[in-house]
Amino acid sequence: MTAYLIRRIWQMVPTMFGVILLVFLLFKGFGGDPAEILAGQNASAAQVDAVRQQLGLNEPLWTQFWIFLKQIVTFDWGRSWATNESVAHLFATRLPATLTVMVPILILDSLLAIPFGLGVAYVRGSLTDRSIMVLTTVALSISFLVYVIVGQYFFAFQLGLFPVQGWSDSLATNLIRYAPLPVLLATAVSLAPQTRLYRSFFLDEIGHDYVRTARAKGLTEKTVMLKHVMRNALIPILTNIAVGLPSIFVGSFLIEVFFSIPGLGREVLLAVNRSDYPVIQAFAIYIAAITMVVNLATDVLYKLVDPRVVLK
Amino acid sequence: MSAVIGAPHIDTRQRAERSESVWRAAAKRFAKDRVGMVSLVIVACFLLLVAAAALGLVASGWQTETGVPNAPPGFVGPDAAAQNQAIVGPTGPNVDISAVDPLAPRYAEWAEAAKKYKTTEAARATTLPFGGDRLGRDVLAKAVKGAEISIFVGVSAALLATLIGTVLGAISGYFGGKAGDFLEWVYNVFTAIPGILLIFAFAAVFGRGIGSVVLILGLAGWTGIYRLIRAEFIKHSVRDYVRSAEAIGAGNVSRMFRHILPNVSHVVLVQLSIHVVGFIKSEVILSYLGLGVGVDQVSWGTMLAEAQSELILGYWWQLAAATAFMAVFVTAFSLMTDALRDALDPKLRGLE
Repeated sequence: MTAYLIRRIWQMVPTMFGVILLVFLLFKGFGGDPAEILAGQNASAAQVDAVRQQLGLNEPLWTQFWIFLKQIVTFDWGRSWATNESVAHLFATRLPATLTVMVPILILDSLLAIPFGLGVAYVRGSLTDRSIMVLTTVALSISFLVYVIVGQYFFAFQLGLFPVQGWSDSLATNLIRYAPLPVLLATAVSLAPQTRLYRSFFLDEIGHDYVRTARAKGLTEKTVMLKHVMRNALIPILTNIAVGLPSIFVGSFLIEVFFSIPGLGREVLLAVNRSDYPVIQAFAIYIAAITMVVNLATDVLYKLVDPRVVLK
Repeated sequence: MSAVIGAPHIDTRQRAERSESVWRAAAKRFAKDRVGMVSLVIVACFLLLVAAAALGLVASGWQTETGVPNAPPGFVGPDAAAQNQAIVGPTGPNVDISAVDPLAPRYAEWAEAAKKYKTTEAARATTLPFGGDRLGRDVLAKAVKGAEISIFVGVSAALLATLIGTVLGAISGYFGGKAGDFLEWVYNVFTAIPGILLIFAFAAVFGRGIGSVVLILGLAGWTGIYRLIRAEFIKHSVRDYVRSAEAIGAGNVSRMFRHILPNVSHVVLVQLSIHVVGFIKSEVILSYLGLGVGVDQVSWGTMLAEAQSELILGYWWQLAAATAFMAVFVTAFSLMTDALRDALDPKLRGLE
């Protein structure tokens, strides 16, 4: 186990290096000149050059890459070009809002989609199954935007059940007042694809011989489904949840934009609109690092769920 | 001599025994799929519409303001004329101030100059077939023009992603070794960054416009295709027919793209079609956020962005038009993709 962990962490090094290189080259090669962005539109050539000097942009490329690497390792990203807020502070203050919305979404989503998927898979081929499949296909074809626009308009603006948008400093108020509508809308939207996906996972398992054996032994349908099928289908389901886990940190940026939630996703979007390179670079790199760690944690978790899994 | 006589005979027998080609068999299976055929017809109609819009046959005047602002759809009927009653005009006689007005001597000259420019205030319709937007532009024409841009972007980005994924996957799977390791490293790097962040990072450096969106989506979206094609090439590169090709002197490129590729092209086609739907959805979201097409263009995403503020004022038709167009096309395209996959890969039938 320890050997496995060490090897996996060792393997992350080249990937991480690649991510850093990609981000560096992308912004160096295609992005605008940071000095011109920073100095503003009325700057003289001398001023731009002074900024270039200050940022080390006149150094050779490999020196610049070295500076970039040092910034990442020391977590010193300097300040956002737009707001002059330190990037680390930005990260720390925006993360709670994102998690307040995303954690309930993830939990609700999994809790609802698993029984739905199991139920639909159990009655496969029936009219219910087919109509649900058609319904989800149509539901999937409508843009996420439409659900949120209409949902916000109808539930918040017309019926007044929820505030249209807003956020506060207290976690409890946020959870009770501001988070419910975004969470419900996001869950409702992601339910269709999740149900389809989980249905296919359950169908894979239901076709296996051990299910027939279990039924032949005289086990009740409940035991067969919940104990035998469920436990085996948990592996792909877990993978799916793990794949979605890193996005918890990015947040559903659309939800954050619609409901003015001061989270990470909205911040990244603002940064893109303002050409705020340090913020985008820092986010891309740290989220990539988090993704890798989460993936490793999932692989270890497999072992706990399924003793047959051998970690190599 | 007998060989000469016998040859045509053998030839015809061989032709008779030759099983029908994969594509023909797939086309037969596809033709039997009623849902697939209906969706194919719908998709074809949309593509014709897109072609017509691109050639300027329909919706070329989407930018002309033909109706009153926020003109309601024809079937709803015109707005009740409740406007222009707030300010009551002054009733007294006009005061003659020409004696003290310093500009008075020049009024005649300006009036003369103004006659040179003629503005025709076109009569604006009070209703439009499916309503008008904030400026009075026909929503239906906008939706058609938006379809052109959204579908064009979706298809081009899917082609780009498929091209990148197929070429890299072929190289990685066929050669393996150092080249394979390197491409695997590139793949790991691209998948390490969550997709949406990758798209944002590309959007930050490439800017806006149709070309940029195609580039952004294509560059961020090739990894899934790469993975599948690589697995196929690993499987195929050791098969007998590839070795036979090598024996008759076919080079690497020829073996990769003339021998193996046709045998895995059904995978490529299905992936292409799956990605079209995904990229159309992404384009809509990017355009909605203002990171997509330029401001002088219209796509379903920019329509939805406008529709959001219109909805609060009760003008629902732009939202309905964009949503309906997109829903019909995407549903038809997804069902067509499903039918295509079932036809090309009967093993997968029934799964999802």
